[in-house]
Amino acid sequence: MKRRDFLKSTAAVAGASVVSGPAILSSAKAQSRQETLLIVSESGPNNIDIHGVGTNVPGYEVSWNCYDRLISHEMKSVNGVPYYDRDKFKMELAEDMNVGPMSATFKLKKNAKFHDGTPVKAQDVKWSLDRAVSVGGFPTFQMGAGSLTKPEQFVVVDDNTVRVDFLRKDRLTIPDLAVIVPAIYNSGLVKKNATEKDPWGLEYTKINSAGSGAYKVSRWTAGTEVVMDRNDDWAGGPLPKVKRVIWRMVPSAGNRRALLERGDADISYDLPNKDFVELKDSGKLSIVSTPYSNGIQYLGMNVTKPPFDNIKVRQAVAYAVPYQKIMDAVLFGLSKPMFGAKPGTPTEVAWPQPHGFNTDIAKAKQLMAEAGYPNGFETTLSFDLGFAGVNEPLCVLVQESLNQIGIKVTINKIPGATWRTELNKKALPLYTNVFSGWLDYPEYFFIWCYHGKNSIFNTMSYQSKELDGYIDGAVTAAAEGDKTAYEKDVKSFVDLSFKDIPRIPLFQPYVNIAMQKNVTGYQYWFHRRLDYRAFEKG
Amino acid sequence: MLTMVLKRMMLAVPSLIGVVIVTFLLTRALPGDPAAYFAGPAADKVAVEQIRVKLGLDQPLIVQFGRYVQDLGKGDLGNSLTTGQPVLTEIKNRLPASAELTLLGLFVAMAIAIPLGILAATRPGSLIDHACRVIATAGVSLPVFFLGLILVYVFYYLLGWSPAPLGRLDVFYNPPASITGFYLIDSLLTGQWETFRAAISQLILPAMTLGIFALAPIARMTRASMLAVLSSDFVRTARASGLTPYTVTVTYAFRNAMLPVVTTLGMVFSFLLGANVLVEKVFAWPGIGSYAVEALIASDFAPVQGFVMTMAIMYVALNLLIDILYVLIDPRMRIEA
Amino acid sequence: MSSIAPSAPHAPASSGLMATLRHARYIIGDNPVTGLAFGLFVIIVFLALFGPYIVPYDPLASNTAFALKPPSAAYWFGTDQLGRDVFSRVIVATRLDFIIAVSSVALVFVMGGLSGVAAGFFGGWTDRVVGRIADTIMAFPLFVLAMGIVAALGNTVENIVLATAVVNFPLYARVARAEANVRREAGFVQAARLCGNGEFRILLTQILPNIMPIMIVQMSLTMGYAILNAAGLSFIGLGVRPPTAEWGIMVAEGAAFMVSGEWWIAFFPGLALMVAVFCFNLLGDGLRDIVDPSRRT
Repeated sequence: MKRRDFLKSTAAVAGASVVSGPAILSSAKAQSRQETLLIVSESGPNNIDIHGVGTNVPGYEVSWNCYDRLISHEMKSVNGVPYYDRDKFKMELAEDMNVGPMSATFKLKKNAKFHDGTPVKAQDVKWSLDRAVSVGGFPTFQMGAGSLTKPEQFVVVDDNTVRVDFLRKDRLTIPDLAVIVPAIYNSGLVKKNATEKDPWGLEYTKINSAGSGAYKVSRWTAGTEVVMDRNDDWAGGPLPKVKRVIWRMVPSAGNRRALLERGDADISYDLPNKDFVELKDSGKLSIVSTPYSNGIQYLGMNVTKPPFDNIKVRQAVAYAVPYQKIMDAVLFGLSKPMFGAKPGTPTEVAWPQPHGFNTDIAKAKQLMAEAGYPNGFETTLSFDLGFAGVNEPLCVLVQESLNQIGIKVTINKIPGATWRTELNKKALPLYTNVFSGWLDYPEYFFIWCYHGKNSIFNTMSYQSKELDGYIDGAVTAAAEGDKTAYEKDVKSFVDLSFKDIPRIPLFQPYVNIAMQKNVTGYQYWFHRRLDYRAFEKG
Repeated sequence: MLTMVLKRMMLAVPSLIGVVIVTFLLTRALPGDPAAYFAGPAADKVAVEQIRVKLGLDQPLIVQFGRYVQDLGKGDLGNSLTTGQPVLTEIKNRLPASAELTLLGLFVAMAIAIPLGILAATRPGSLIDHACRVIATAGVSLPVFFLGLILVYVFYYLLGWSPAPLGRLDVFYNPPASITGFYLIDSLLTGQWETFRAAISQLILPAMTLGIFALAPIARMTRASMLAVLSSDFVRTARASGLTPYTVTVTYAFRNAMLPVVTTLGMVFSFLLGANVLVEKVFAWPGIGSYAVEALIASDFAPVQGFVMTMAIMYVALNLLIDILYVLIDPRMRIEA
Repeated sequence: MSSIAPSAPHAPASSGLMATLRHARYIIGDNPVTGLAFGLFVIIVFLALFGPYIVPYDPLASNTAFALKPPSAAYWFGTDQLGRDVFSRVIVATRLDFIIAVSSVALVFVMGGLSGVAAGFFGGWTDRVVGRIADTIMAFPLFVLAMGIVAALGNTVENIVLATAVVNFPLYARVARAEANVRREAGFVQAARLCGNGEFRILLTQILPNIMPIMIVQMSLTMGYAILNAAGLSFIGLGVRPPTAEWGIMVAEGAAFMVSGEWWIAFFPGLALMVAVFCFNLLGDGLRDIVDPSRRT
């Protein structure tokens, strides 16, 4: 008997059941259910301030919805899904932005108030941006990516006007003011709760929201739930439709799926691909799949040590990866292939884009022989256990395939919390990982992942003077607005990265969101988390 | 009596010290680097080292241990990296959830195992006896996480009889005012019937899972203890005096057979409290077990240490309590030092 | 929760072999459940020895064209996400699970059994040290201790075996101690002493063989627990490395597919796991009936 038939036959029982909770709610509860959005996900925030030490990604979502920035992005439509427009900005706390050659001036909205009722002033903005560039760790790093590094850059002109001075010409400076990090804090409130040891009040904002955003945190039980209520005085945009957002952590993917299918939960976004495919087919829910902007899952090789210092070995591996099998059995088709570009396809000025390798065991064997490893070698393939759902079957398939060209692979599972540490040591010979950049520019990706200054995301320790030249060239050309030079350099670094192949792009993952049919208003953002402000329940 | 209790407590001290040392060493041996974790995804080596100094992780192990013990003395169990909260607060909040689940699980187990054991003991060697043994053994042979998954699949997904396995209460109920921390008791005390029903319907499946796992020891102990009592002189006398088999079994034998069963219950409780980590994971139960598992996977020292300490203290306290109960119930018993 | 009270001292087992066998036959005849368990045990041992040679498919070979197929005539237990044959994997996994169980039990017998015997026989300091170690381990939540050991030392089969042995240590130490303690001044020990044997020699030649039957029962009972422990570790991601077939990890992998209707991936390994543990537990009970009828529960 098919499961679905079975479900149908039991549906009557389910409907008549007496125990099940939500079905028999009193009318008052049903009313609040209508204005409440229930989100389920695997894990929740460990800190609701993105400036905090070690704040995890779920924490970013709270920050995004409970704080405002000076500016944000407009929406455009990509394949029918509202998608943030990289190049168009909209005003959030600012009423007006005036970009000059070496500075930008922001006028604040006069009616903007923090959650406690104090008006938002230029001094708050300066204090918040100072905080972002000074606290260290991730926020300071992210600000630096847009050449925002010194408190002197932020100048209070008057109570309602702030000027941001540029260090140098950098086309990432304005976009960097629209990411999550430069959130504006209620400086008076946070300072009141700061201590000598903690001058930026990080301990306070870790558990209290002190912003002016569309939502405010009203209850947070770490690891269990976050409850956020609408800020009815929000000045940053049109008043959101959803009054209350309840975000519950449900560790088991099976349970999350069951909750959606039975209509108990409104939204879930981290389900296994297979579940998304089946939910899509069943037609009971709306499923939105959007490729990660500027992100790919890849197979990385440490190029500083044999055998992967040999380009022929790397090419052999690239020919041995069972790309299509991974697409079918691991991803269930829910990803964008990044392999098998037809020979002669012109390189695009875009990232990511497919490379020309395809599964070709004979060619891989030949390359192994040419490289001096006719009998192969032994190595380990590491993956992040935190994403075992994709990584484990993927690695098993790669292991099986590499075995055919003589490479004996031991699979090494690394717990999520240790993964970054292990990666940063740059000692893993072979591993799979995902990188995606918030700022959607090809050179941004390549600076972090391929440049010879060897950032921590250049996990292969790849060094090439030639490639560095193209990347630097593209950055300069972008700042100067030289389109021809920019396009030439981008194509050159993409081509070289495919020829040298220190990391083998496998696919571009999708952000998958499953929602009840009556929920609308999902928007894709560069940070890939949910923006509650646009959601609506019909 | 008091001196005996004190003496027993003194005896527990070396084990607790052992637990502190072993846990400390074990957590330090965990892979992963809290400094790198705190420093964030983009930190360079210098930044990581700064954080390491800040956290005191650059100190020799013995100095770190000294500091840990000092904090422990002050009742400070440190902060969790992954949830960012003080460990003591989290354990305080989560312990009632685990205790409520475990107690109900134990209750389920007793409700099935004790009658089963008595039945088996009254007819040793019979079909019922063998069935009792097979059922109890089958219960302990099932991996708890597997049993939990099957129950969720059948009773929630297929049949829809049970609410979503989403922790202690359905989303649209507010937890009752915290008096004991047990939702069942608190909701009754405050007269919230709907909340009580919601809480108990969430509890049924995980409690059943735990209960089935705990069947075997209780059923076996009941059976053995009943067998011993049934063959004793006073029961024979009672039988000879013409009392009905029911009166003999329930009034005479069962009462006297309870003592070893009570001891077993104590052992089973402490065993279950530790064993329910997997059940909590399956049912998204916000207890201390799931807290410890997640922390361990994430190489998060403080919660693991806090959890182990809590469990060790509870284990010691429980054993002490059982011994005292024993003496109170049966004055012939003496606490052995 | 087996009782740890010492049994009455046995006479040295020499002439009693035939009697024991007769008794065994009686017990099995009397108790069909033990007979069943013994039959299962034979099957498990057979599969552990010859499983890899009789399975229809390579347990590691993927076949993505036949992924997630329900049980059929070609694939008795269906196929998993990568199209591997679940039946072949379940059968092949028997060896690994059996090895984990046997070696962890053997290890804890060496560690716990010997130190327990020494503690019971010598008393004094040895007794106190062994007792303290056992108490300390008992005060730990055992599963979390096993997790900690595997997490700290790395997830390999050896460390899973070690972790399982460590958490079982107190049980073995206590049983062995109690058994050795009552035999300390037994007649045959006194006799050996009078013949001029050293204490250590008496421990090895007289005491140890004498408590072996009890220890074997204990081992059979904890074999099941060892498998469950390893499966639990696999379930939370601390088990053996993929793509190795092991029952616990197969259940964990299949758990995610349960809700979408592919029940067979988790169900069959779970069933195998249950049957094996069930068999070891019943067998342990049966052995205890043979060795020590008075303690039957």
